[in-house]
Amino acid sequence: MNLKEKKVKEYQYLVKSLEPRTNTLKNCLLAFFTGGVICDVGQAFLNLYSMYFPKDEAQTLTSITMIFLGAFLTGIGVYDKIGRFAGAGSIVPITGFANSIVSPAVEYKKEGFVFGVGSKMFLIAGPVLVYGISASILIGLVYYFVQVFPKI
Amino acid sequence: MISDCFTVVGKKEGQGPLSIFFDMVIEDEYAGQKSWELAEGKFLNLAISKLIQKSGFSPDEVDLILSGDLLNQLSSSHFAARDLDIPFIGLYGACSTFALSVGLACVFVDGGFAKNIIAATSSHFCSAEKQFRYPLELGCQRPPTAQWTVTGAASFLIKPDDGTNKPKVTHFTVGKILDYGIKDPNNMGACMAPAAFDTITIHLEDTKRDFGYYDIIVTGDLGYVGRKLLEELFKKEGINLPFELFDCGILMFDQNTQDTGAGASGCAASACVFGGYFYKLMLQGTFKKILIVPTGALMSASTVQLGESIPVIAHALSIEVE
Repeated sequence: MNLKEKKVKEYQYLVKSLEPRTNTLKNCLLAFFTGGVICDVGQAFLNLYSMYFPKDEAQTLTSITMIFLGAFLTGIGVYDKIGRFAGAGSIVPITGFANSIVSPAVEYKKEGFVFGVGSKMFLIAGPVLVYGISASILIGLVYYFVQVFPKI
Repeated sequence: MISDCFTVVGKKEGQGPLSIFFDMVIEDEYAGQKSWELAEGKFLNLAISKLIQKSGFSPDEVDLILSGDLLNQLSSSHFAARDLDIPFIGLYGACSTFALSVGLACVFVDGGFAKNIIAATSSHFCSAEKQFRYPLELGCQRPPTAQWTVTGAASFLIKPDDGTNKPKVTHFTVGKILDYGIKDPNNMGACMAPAAFDTITIHLEDTKRDFGYYDIIVTGDLGYVGRKLLEELFKKEGINLPFELFDCGILMFDQNTQDTGAGASGCAASACVFGGYFYKLMLQGTFKKILIVPTGALMSASTVQLGESIPVIAHALSIEVE
């Protein structure tokens, strides 16, 4: 048994040492630039909307536009190609979030609208929502108590 | 005796380096069906029914179909077989299903239990991604160790030896389930290399042969990562791998132009490369003795989530032609 465990350890070590590595610097740069371009597009929309709407509404409209663009590009099968190239650069912005909801919805549409789209839609985004909302509630509570008892 | 075979592949495989060797290329990923699972069934159904047509006898004369694929409960094999009206046995060996079905078919034929058996297998990139990984349109990066599931199906007609000069299966080495504690479902080459090593070593011991006996040794779908690891494993035992060790996962796609990562995988990788390429070369007499060792990572999407390591298996078929 011991010999077997040793063999297993040795093999896992071998696997680690031979695994092809990703080029972190290149990936970071690609993510930085594509992420930047996506944000630029967002900023352009914000500037455009700011000319006609008050600030609050312009910001909301910008988010809505970016989510639409993310969903639209996912629907026509372009966003996954951007993602393969950009990595985190296209996952982190709000367009990536739209992608993570629309892609399972497209995939599972064939299984019906209730148990397919309805239940599988948040397959990827579900954890983000659960922990994102939980964290925001926690921080909200902390903020509330800090305001109620400012002296402490 | 493998009397005939038929291979059907998808569009991407049809653009690969082996494209001219496949019998049929289907451009449409859906193959005219409404879901990926049905599409895979259609691929397999076509492979089997075209083989029956090509061999020129009626479906009644086929005694048995042995088939398997990657999906839960072998859905696509069952979809493929439900219109065929032929006795059916489903097999699961993940990507090693090709050797399993052909090997068992030979056992049936050799024992005199059946005359014409069709051994088949299929896999589909989209249905495999859906079951094992992420939705297709999700914009995430594939790690460099990830392999690309082959879309395709292959079927082989196994008959008793009738004296014609066709490739014959002389030995069938059934592998053992191994587990080297690799948990990464994106690195199947690393999971499967020890299985290939074990089965090849045992096959050579059992038959008292060495690498030199075979013109060529073909592993299933280790890909670039697994192929390298297999080389290291043999090196540790003091054996240098001969040049003539090819891997179907490497042969299937062009790594540089097709963005397929560490190579191809899936049941159809070894089955289509053998049926399309090596089988034809054997008929021409380019290769006379082949050892083919398809490997399978027996993973399930839910056990990976539970954090279990992936058991693996490899079966070897020694195929010779005069």
